[in-house]
Amino acid sequence: MSKTKKMMYINRKAPYGTIYAWESLEVVLIGAAFEQDVSLAFMDDGVYQLTKGQDTSGIGMKNFSPTYAALGDFEVNKIYVDKESLEERGLTLDDLQHLVWEDEDEDWAEKDSIHLVSRAELSDVLADQDVLFNF
Amino acid sequence: MKFTIQVNEGPYQHQSADTAYHFAKAALDKGHEIFRIFFYHDGVNNGTRLTTPPQDDRNIVNRWSELAREHDIDMVLCVAAAQRRGIVDDGEAERNGKDATNIAPGFRISGLGQLIEGGIESDRTIVFGD
Repeated sequence: MSKTKKMMYINRKAPYGTIYAWESLEVVLIGAAFEQDVSLAFMDDGVYQLTKGQDTSGIGMKNFSPTYAALGDFEVNKIYVDKESLEERGLTLDDLQHLVWEDEDEDWAEKDSIHLVSRAELSDVLADQDVLFNF
Repeated sequence: MKFTIQVNEGPYQHQSADTAYHFAKAALDKGHEIFRIFFYHDGVNNGTRLTTPPQDDRNIVNRWSELAREHDIDMVLCVAAAQRRGIVDDGEAERNGKDATNIAPGFRISGLGQLIEGGIESDRTIVFGD
């Protein structure tokens, strides 16, 4: 397969309560092998997926949030977070994990993966994609 | 136009299984091509032949099977999602030591790569679900 498409995974739901977030992350990890131009968007309750310090011990479910930190190693390094969704929930960037990737073109310099964008900016990013997977 | 369709919700519980079917049928009737229908999350429950809806209701699973047979459509259940929810074919039964199978005709179980490939190979990828 030689085609490269812009593929975006849109995450709109809380990490627990339903399985959408976890099974979305599974698609992202598998999809990374296809060498497409991949990006992720987190909006609505989906922003909770990236919060740090998640503790699932009380609900008997696996805490899969450490997996997000590995995305940079899968060359998944364009992560867009909807600013308004954060604000509506009383969250700031400081409440989220610090996700980074290493840029091999700049001597493996560590760079931020998360881009905080306004809803209008995110709308432009969405419009620029070839494929949107909505979870 | 070439479509890949993703179905994320289970039959009867959620309308997206119905809407996806009607969309697929309408697209085929208009002469479009369906590259693949990929069932994910609870959507894999669209592929169990053991469903027994009341006689005066639509049979969602049989409807999919007929669509696949009539139009030779590739219908794929995600293996990870299917394993979690107990949708089993011969290969999965053997691999995981299960004493039964329940996959419906026209469906096959395969990996998430099939969804990504659908996104790459199709003109449009349409996701049905919440």
